[in-house]
Amino acid sequence: MRALITAAVSGAVFSLGLALGGMTDPTKVQGFLDLTGDWDPSLAFVMGGGLGSFALLQRLLIRRRDRPVFAPAFPACPSSRLDRRLLGGSAMFGVGWGLGGFCPGPALTSVASGGSTVLLFTLSMVGGMVLFRGLEALRARAVAQAAEGAEALPAAES
Amino acid sequence: MTSVLLPLLGGILIGVSSVMLLVFNGRIAGISGILGGLLRPSGETPWRLAFLGGLLGMGALLFALQPGLFGTGPTLGSGPVLTVAAGLLVGFGTRLGNGCTSGHGICGMGRGSKRSIVATMTFMATAVLTVFVLRTLTVGAA
Repeated sequence: MRALITAAVSGAVFSLGLALGGMTDPTKVQGFLDLTGDWDPSLAFVMGGGLGSFALLQRLLIRRRDRPVFAPAFPACPSSRLDRRLLGGSAMFGVGWGLGGFCPGPALTSVASGGSTVLLFTLSMVGGMVLFRGLEALRARAVAQAAEGAEALPAAES
Repeated sequence: MTSVLLPLLGGILIGVSSVMLLVFNGRIAGISGILGGLLRPSGETPWRLAFLGGLLGMGALLFALQPGLFGTGPTLGSGPVLTVAAGLLVGFGTRLGNGCTSGHGICGMGRGSKRSIVATMTFMATAVLTVFVLRTLTVGAA
């Protein structure tokens, strides 16, 4: 129960930061991304402030602890392997972010505003996630069938 | 001055929130991962719902108090077709690339992950390029 409260408070502080910082205004986001035009640098301070405070606080707090307060272990850092999925997925995400002016956090924070654009964007975003899950399931099934086929093949030959 | 201080304060709140989730819950505050993870119910579902509940609830409270914080849509290239395309790309891309602005840009980079640094450089580059193309096209059309 206490873990759910800390998660909920964390979510609330997160969206407070997004909205105060200006991330919930897609016009501002496109202005920040418009490097060659009328560039609005203010959102660089959101990203810089978030990255800086996270890096500092996690060094101060997390490195001194063996484990989280309500969980058995801290998540392991992912491998440093770069692959096509990471690059291709990130490239797609950037195109969508530039087109819509929303990334996932600000879109969800803005849902209660009831604007038709943000609602349509958020529904489509969830649709994209469902589509990804569906394709992953198909891929996993194809891989499993190929593995079964590979096992069955030598048996059929003998 | 507020054009710098408010964004800086907002960023610090995001950093504090992410550290809080890591210290208490041992979880990474990556919004796309938290939302996408809900599509497969598991033992992780309760904290994900609690986090998103807090996020959506604060969004509703802020909209009631300060509706000016929320923009209605992008300036360049608006319209339902582009909005749907943008949403699909963001949803699919963040799941394929395993993170978005928060998970890669704040938490991953803050933990010094090479993958996150490369991912953030990639999505920043394609986002800037997209806005450049949009602006060129919309100026050309005007």
